[in-house]
Amino acid sequence: MIEVDRIHVRFGEGPGAFIALNDVSVTINESEFFTLLGPSGCGKTTLLRSIAGFIHPSGGAIRLAGQNILSLPPFKRPVNTVFQNYALFPHMTVAENVGFGLEMLGRPRAEIAATVEEMLALVKMTAMASRRPSELSGGQQQRVALARALAPKPKVLLLDESLSALDLKLRKEMQIELKRLQSETGITFIFVTHDQEEALTMSDRIAVMSAGTIRQIGTPREIYDHPRERFVADFIGDTNFVQANLSADGTVELPGGARIRAGLQEDAAVAARPVTLVIRPEQTVLEQVPEKAPLSGVLENVVYCGTDTHYHLMLADGARFVVRRQNNPARPVTFEKGQRLGIGFEPQAVQVLEG
Amino acid sequence: MAKRKTFDTRRQAGFTAIAAFCFVMLYLPIVLMAIFSFNGGLALTRWEGFSLVWYVTAWHNEVVQAATIRSVVIAAVATVVSTLVAVLAALAMGRGKSFRGRSAMFALINQPLMVPEIVTAVSLLVVFAWVKTTIGYSGLGYLILAHSAFCIPFAFMPVRARLQGMDQTLEQAAADLYASAWQVFRRVTFPLLWPGVLAGAMLAFVTSLDDVVITEFVKSAGQDTLPTYMLGQMRRNLTPETNAIATVLLVFSVVLVVAFFFVSREKHAKAQL
Ligand SMILES: Nc1ncnc2c1ncn2[C@@H]1O[C@H](COP(=O)(O)OP(=O)(O)OP(=O)(O)O)[C@@H](O)[C@H]1O
Ligand SMILES: [Mg+2]
Repeated sequence: MIEVDRIHVRFGEGPGAFIALNDVSVTINESEFFTLLGPSGCGKTTLLRSIAGFIHPSGGAIRLAGQNILSLPPFKRPVNTVFQNYALFPHMTVAENVGFGLEMLGRPRAEIAATVEEMLALVKMTAMASRRPSELSGGQQQRVALARALAPKPKVLLLDESLSALDLKLRKEMQIELKRLQSETGITFIFVTHDQEEALTMSDRIAVMSAGTIRQIGTPREIYDHPRERFVADFIGDTNFVQANLSADGTVELPGGARIRAGLQEDAAVAARPVTLVIRPEQTVLEQVPEKAPLSGVLENVVYCGTDTHYHLMLADGARFVVRRQNNPARPVTFEKGQRLGIGFEPQAVQVLEG
Repeated sequence: MAKRKTFDTRRQAGFTAIAAFCFVMLYLPIVLMAIFSFNGGLALTRWEGFSLVWYVTAWHNEVVQAATIRSVVIAAVATVVSTLVAVLAALAMGRGKSFRGRSAMFALINQPLMVPEIVTAVSLLVVFAWVKTTIGYSGLGYLILAHSAFCIPFAFMPVRARLQGMDQTLEQAAADLYASAWQVFRRVTFPLLWPGVLAGAMLAFVTSLDDVVITEFVKSAGQDTLPTYMLGQMRRNLTPETNAIATVLLVFSVVLVVAFFFVSREKHAKAQL
């Protein structure tokens, strides 16, 4: 429903120009919770601001329900933003802030009052309607900013790292709240974050960005289980990379010599070449007998992390490998440092990447 | 023993003495001037008993009355004009698209701060003399024009400071919420700019009220303002009447500054930026 078509954003002129978005294309569906995820400076805010109308791309199109909105100024786009710093109007009360958009749209007073009340109830801020933003906590300001952006019932809501200023507990609460608001209102949310866990738990689909391009778009499960390239695998979750050799028969030779059969990506050719395997630490187990497992390594370090323990091993080719094991005091295990251990995993746990 | 922490001017030898000296030098003459405005006699330095006679004299002096009205009229018009120009200039420079000659404009606005006042005064004298003989008009317009011009930087600076300190995302948020450019200005930019505008207007008013050099050169015969009247008195016979007028001016500006302080503090409490 919102269609970003090869947009190009450049800052500066001439040879010193910086390309912030390089022909980015993405289609976001109606009522979708869509997340832009990527490291700092990759162009997430730039993409969001292009949709809101504060940045003018030098090429491409942004279509909302089929109509190109690039030529419209921000105040004519049916899109609202929850700003990273909330940007609440300090000289207005909470209610005036929430009603601002409707007032600018020229709605009748009674309708504004009713909608403001409804929105404040939605974000549970009714009791604070007559306060000023400076008299609110960070989380409360966040809710008001959300209510203000939702009040005009936009087609699309843009949220720029809206939760990053909150402490962990409040953040978890707001994540659930945002999800609830999104499903209750049916508004398309485009959410920016650089927190991969937040992206995985909240999104219908995620676009992983890096250096002005989109690297992969997919559901959280697709992105996590089937990263298409090293950058994505590395950015989302903890990952082991294992250098291996693919044979023409479709089997993979691991460091240490063992061969396994691993699923290739559909479009990948079966030909002999070096590949990189992606194996998630929590999808592996340690074996006391190294010969029983496809991989083996020497235990170098054990890190206790509360819910689980991380075992750091060194593989036959000198690479590091981490195995994560859930702690269970009822079934304690002891592995000695310096011991050679087997690393077991199912073939499905292995993703094959080129190079 | 604990180590000396950071460098602290207050701990340097002689700090208190120097501070006291500065304070005395700055305020003692003012206090003395105010005291002698209540002197019963003619002398400026010899106390001859308490009396309000000089205030009464000044109050009934028609020349003083006329000069006061003239001063206030000039200052009021100059304040309005210069503040208006300052706000527009600050907006053009702080918002809107960047344009060629932005720094030239800055130099233009701040001309009165950079060029010695006496130079401006002399050049205005020459130009206005020529204009006066050409078009024949010799009213208060010249003084108002000159005051409006040299008051602009004083009105400009607080407005610009306020604008620079203002979070631009507030204006973007307003635009995002369907406010047109004019509505953004009226509903968000201007209300938040208001304390700066008030401060600028006040500075402009006081600057105009206080001006001697340019006024002295630009004024036609019989166009004395309060300060140039006082200067004239000094050439003739200085009486405690001048002290009385100066004291009233002093009280007036103190009241203005204090009033502004309270107004802006209240604003600040309500709308913390
Ligand atoms: N006005 C500008 N002028 C020049 N370069 C800019 C401008 N705005 C952004 N950039 C550059 O464009 C790149 C993308 O910026 P953007 O703000 O979109 O990053 P981001 O992905 O939102 O990062 P973060 O997670 O830190 O918010 C950055 O390298 C930034 O330095
Ligand atoms: Mg950003």
